[in-house]
Order: sequence, then structure tokens, then C-alpha cells
Amino acid sequence: MSAPVLELERVTYTYAGAEVPSLRDVSLSVAEGEFVVLAGRSAGGKSTMLRAASGLVPHFHGGTFAGHVRVGGLDTREHGPAEVARIAGSLFQDPESQVVLTTVRAELAFPLENRGHGPAAVARGVEEAALALGIAPLLDRATTELSGGELQRVALGAALAGRPRLVLLDEPTSQLDPVAGDELIWLLRRLNEEWGTTIVLAEHRLERCLPAADRVVVLADGAIACDAPPPEFLAWAAGASPELQTPVARMFHGAGITPPPTGVKEARRALRARGIDLDAEGALDAGDTTAPRHPKRRERRAAALAFDGVWHERRGGATVLRGVDLAVAPGERVALMGRNGAGKSTMLRHAAGLMAPTRGKVTTNGRVALLLQDPNDYLLHEHVGEEASATALAAVGLEHLVDRHPHDLSGGQRQRLALAIVLDSPGPAAVIGLDEPTRGMDRAAKATLADRLNAFAAGGTAVIVATHDPEFAAEVADRVILLADGRPIADGPATSVLAGGWYFATETARVTGGRALLPDAGAAVLRAQEVVAP
Amino acid sequence: MRYRRRASPLHAARAAAGGAWCAALAAAALAAEHPIVLVALALTVLAGAAGAGVLREVARTAAWMAPWALVVALVNVLVVREGLTVLARLGEIPPFGQVDLTLEALVYGALFGLRLLVVASAFALFTVAVDPDDLLRLMRRASVRSALAATLATRLVPVLASDARRIEEARRCRADGGGEGAAARMAVLRAVAGGALDRALDVAATLEVRGYGTARRGRVGARPWSRHDLAFAASAIAIAALTVAARVVPIAPFAPYPVIASGGAASASVLAAAFALIALAPLVARRGIA
Repeated sequence: MSAPVLELERVTYTYAGAEVPSLRDVSLSVAEGEFVVLAGRSAGGKSTMLRAASGLVPHFHGGTFAGHVRVGGLDTREHGPAEVARIAGSLFQDPESQVVLTTVRAELAFPLENRGHGPAAVARGVEEAALALGIAPLLDRATTELSGGELQRVALGAALAGRPRLVLLDEPTSQLDPVAGDELIWLLRRLNEEWGTTIVLAEHRLERCLPAADRVVVLADGAIACDAPPPEFLAWAAGASPELQTPVARMFHGAGITPPPTGVKEARRALRARGIDLDAEGALDAGDTTAPRHPKRRERRAAALAFDGVWHERRGGATVLRGVDLAVAPGERVALMGRNGAGKSTMLRHAAGLMAPTRGKVTTNGRVALLLQDPNDYLLHEHVGEEASATALAAVGLEHLVDRHPHDLSGGQRQRLALAIVLDSPGPAAVIGLDEPTRGMDRAAKATLADRLNAFAAGGTAVIVATHDPEFAAEVADRVILLADGRPIADGPATSVLAGGWYFATETARVTGGRALLPDAGAAVLRAQEVVAP
Repeated sequence: MRYRRRASPLHAARAAAGGAWCAALAAAALAAEHPIVLVALALTVLAGAAGAGVLREVARTAAWMAPWALVVALVNVLVVREGLTVLARLGEIPPFGQVDLTLEALVYGALFGLRLLVVASAFALFTVAVDPDDLLRLMRRASVRSALAATLATRLVPVLASDARRIEEARRCRADGGGEGAAARMAVLRAVAGGALDRALDVAATLEVRGYGTARRGRVGARPWSRHDLAFAASAIAIAALTVAARVVPIAPFAPYPVIASGGAASASVLAAAFALIALAPLVARRGIA
């Protein structure tokens, strides 16, 4: 076993002004070259542990600190974050706040210049980091022009420019779309496997990173609840913390199959070994029934929301929507899916009247309540009670928090508050639109949101969710519309669109060959197959 | 209006050379007296902007400055008592007193306005075509912290502008419409300011983990001088030399008061052409600009 590059020894830490500690007697040792995933529900202590490892706790955040953190042999009690940065690179959630200079080249050079490297060493460091992360074509681009995924890669490049032995990442994919998130995880895997960089990654979507991980450390209420390799962690999660199970692990657990697989490939292999062959022949996919169709006049008239040949052409720019025809019935639950720039957010903005079509028209049979991506953008007052009426707050379960400052709420509570704000009118909304509501949410919060949306739909409100998350779409939608280049390319029941897709498919669908979308249904399929298999 | 790297000789030049070239054009405009020279400098700045692919941005600044130039000319003609060629006697007008509009005051005011327009356009060209990071790297040699503070301010402006756009959009999504008028705008402003504080904390944490706490004075770079660096530096020096020469030896004299006395139009035209040629020559080289 190689020497630990990160060592926490009985660390207890309480933020300044907080009443309870965020870390409680945490001891952990991470060896050189390990890939460690930090798991746990929101506010469990993952971010605090990473900040302690980077030296920001306690040097930057203050508070009460007990124990020792050693990074590459440097005790953070004696060495501040700037010194620790020579050994540990850090990456946080929000890409916008982590890129401080105006061009990519300057951003990558910044940490090297801070260390007093000469121009030749800086140039080499920039070149190597850019090539390793595939961002060389961006070097002379302005950071203000980059997408979230590109910005996050640049921030990772800046963290890696000095070739640190350890990289600490705090939910770096939470603000990214799944494609950019998957690319980032792939990069981390490559860094770990090819260059031996030690990775400590806090992440909610465990199915993304478990196949690459050596260990999973679960933090609950500031203490380590589990520290084990991925298969053992999944076995532990099945009993102690089911919300941390990945979809395929949950499916296997439901079917009574052990050990739980860490990924799709392992799941397929395990099923084949048991004689279960789930080819695509029994898929739920109905083929041509997912082709988009023009709604009939009667459908349009009865719809909660209708798009009639809607175009959106930017002045001097691209065409975002191309003649979209669509009718959403009252109480219908629709998921809009598609890659970034496909037109999902633009469609929601048109539905809510924030944008006007350049051709065609949008009609609604009542008010459209739209929840945009960041719930923080809705918070304009000093108290929760000033943001929305008591009735609206009660509808989202926040009536007991009227005196709190909105920014003191948790992420999930803020989203519920934003929902109360947009729904706060005497009559019910005809349509609720949500743009990427599950970014950065843990599985438990997603389940709560799905329940809430299903309740609204049951009351006759049409629900439209723009999302990249196939699992969430399968949970909340009975109809999925796949957009590409500003127009629907598939429109049909969730069971058809999400079962037959390759990229737009749930993990369960990928393992079961499209026979089921969600773990519980997948488990039933596996149980039935087990009976059939000799 | 902000810097964006484009394929142009000016963008390809190092910030010291590009910045000196823009500054030399502005200085030439401040020193120039003859209208022909000033008009030529204005056209040179616009031609330079076209050569750098940023004509739209610079022309927008020039168009925005034009009414102000006109105001300067009008104020000058109203308040200046000098000049012998009276265009109109307006009598006693408070608070200006006896107002005689003279041709000389009008011409002088117009030239002053034009000078202002050229300087503003040269500054706009500097803003959109000279790499601020490169410039700040130069400043780091003098003061690391001041340079970084300036960079962060530069970076935060577009970020906060996009925050404001998002928050305004969210305000319009509120069930009550988010209110109207000054109160609604204040609410958005307060939210943006509050967000700016949160962002500032995040940025400060990022600076810490990028080793800013141990930042040292930057070392002189050994970057070789490209053809564009040399061309713009040489052009800046030549413009500055011509500006000084034109002041020391009045090649194109112009005195507005008491009556307009202008040197030969021919010599002024030669001087104007020299400025244009010297300034625009570096933009001809198109190799290695991407």
C-alpha cells in the first residue's frame, strides 16, 4: 500500500455561527492513485470534507476545528490553501465562479504564475493541461463565451495545471448537462488511470462514477457511515440507505439477485451468467408510434397548451424553433428531452410568454407557471413569508419557515419556494413548466419533486418538464417529446421513447433491453425471466 | 462591448504594442488642430477598426459619441465670447448674458467635439481589440494584487449582467408579474447585488486554491516579437514622432480665434495622409493572424 496522499485524523469541524458540527470525528486515509467517491445526501458533509482537504476549512471559512488534515504530508493547521494547492487541485460546483480571468490561456497560466514559475514553465504547463483535457482549441477563447461544460473543463485544467498529486472535486457535474457531465467523469477516469492522479470526487449520480471508483465513502450527518469498495457499498446501501443505490443495483436488489452490479456492463454480464438473455425483441418500444404528429384542431382547442407552427428565429442568429406543432392536454405530464440547444428552454419560454414566436402562435387555456433552472433567481425578499402567500407556501410544505431568510433554505426547499412563487395565484395554473429541475439534486429530493408534480397533474394541471435526466423523465412523464434542431423528432408514451433509445434511455431500460424503464418494473421483469430461465 | 479574440493583425499583436498604437492615435487626435488632420484621424481609426474586424463595435461608439460632439459644439458657441465673425446676435439670454454666435466659436466647438469622438473611438478600439489579460500581465510586474483586482472586475461585469437578465426573467415568471416600475427594478438590483456577494466569496475561495495567497511578482516573459508586435510598435512610435513634429514645426497650423487662420490645405492633407499611411500599414500584414 502506498503512502497516503490525504489523511484526515479525528476531524471535527463546526462552521462559524453554526450550532451543529458539519464533520464529526472523521478519520480517513486516501492512498496515492486511488479513485474515491464521496456519497451521501445533501448537507451530509461531503463539501466540508473536501474544503478541509483543500485547506479552505478552517483558513478561509473560520469556525471551530479539531483534529488534523494532512495533504501530501502538509498539515493544514500550519499550511494554508495556497500552499496545499501545490499538492491538491480543487474543483467546485459552479463553473462561473471558478474561472477568474478573461481568456482560457490566462486562466490555465494563473496558478503557475502564482507559484512564480518562469514563462517557459508556464507555457509548458498550459500546453500540457490543455492537451490532456482536450481544451487546446479553446486556449484563445474568451471565458465569457464558453458553455458550462467548457468552463468546467477549463476550471479543471486550472486545477491540474501544476500537475497536483491529488484532485478534489465537489459535485463538478451538478451544473452540467449529462453529456458534459459524462465527459468530465471520463476525463477524471483517464487522469486516474493514465497519470495516476488521486481523485476524490463528491457526486450524486453514482451510476456515472462507480465503475471507475476504487472506494466509496458515505457521509451522513458529518460522519463516515460506510467506507468500502463499490460492490460492498451497494450491498450496504440496499439495507442502510436505499436512496444511494444506483438504478441497476436497486433493480437487482428488488429481484433478489446478488451481488449488486456497479454498472450496466457488469449487470448484463451477471444476468447472462444466470441464463437471462434480455435481447431487444421484447422491448416496450413501439417503433413508428413515436413519430411526431400534428395535433388535430379539436385536440388543440381542448389543450392546456398548444403550439401552432411556432418558429423562433434570432435576429442575426440561429433558428431555435422550426415550425413546432404541439398540443398538451390538461393533466398531461410531458417531458421535453434533447441535447443542449435543441430548443427545450426556448419552448418553455414561449409557453410562458417570455418570448414571442417570430412565426406561428402559442395558445393556453390559462396561466402558465414557469420554474426556470435556478430557483435562487426567484428569491427577491428578506423573508420566506414575503415571497409568496401563506396558501402557496402551505401547498409546497414551507408554511413553517415564513420567518427564515430564503437564502438560508436548503437547495430542495429553495426550489419548493420558487414553485410556490410561480404558482401563487387565486386560481390554479393551467400549465406548470420546469426547466432542468433536478440539476444537483440527490435521489431523495428528485423523488419528492416527482410526487409533487404528479399531484399537480392529478389536479388537472398540465406538467411540462425540460430535462436531461431519463430516470426523472420516466418517473414524472407519461409522454416524452424528443427535440433536435428546434423541432420534435419523437413524440410518444415514455415507455416507447425511453425504452427504445440508445442515449435517451434509462439505465434500467439499457439493462433490460427496453422491457422496463424504472428499477421496480425492471425487478419484476428479472423475476419473471428467472422463472423462465432453466 | 468587450474583447473577443479575432483573426486580425491588431488582435495578433501583443497588448503593449496594440495598446501603444491605440494610445498614439488618441494622442495624435488630442494634439491635432487642423480639421483635415482630425477628420483623417477619425477615418483612420474607423479604417483600423475595419481592418481589425471590429468596425461595428467602434462605429457604435462613434455614433453614440456624435450627439455629444454636437452638444460640445453648441455649448461652445453659446458660452465663448471670442471670434469676430458674428453669425447671429441673440441679445441677453440668462444665464449666458449677451450672446453673439460667432463662426469661430462654432468651428472651434465642432473641432473639439470631433477630437472627443476620435479619442473615444480609439479607446473603443483598444477595448475590443487589445487582450486585457495580456495587458494585466504587464501590470502584474508593477502590482500583482491591483492587476488581479482589475481582472476580476473585468470578468464580473458580464457575469453580473447575465445574472441580472436571468433574475429579471424570473421576476416576470412570478404569479403576480413581479410588480412594475422602480420598486421592481430595485428588487432585481438588490438580488443581483446579493448574488454578487455570494459570487465574490466563491471567487475568493477559488483564488485561494489557485495559490493566489502565495502569488509572486510576475517575471518578464521571453515571448518572441512577432511581425505584428513589431509593426504596431513601430507604427505607434512613428505616429507619436509625427505628432510631436507637427507640434514643434507647425506643418498644418490652425488658429480659430480671433478669425479662422488656416495653414495650407495641401500641407495639412500631406500630414493627414502620413498619419493614415503610418497607422494603417501594420494592418496590411495578414500572415499569422489567427
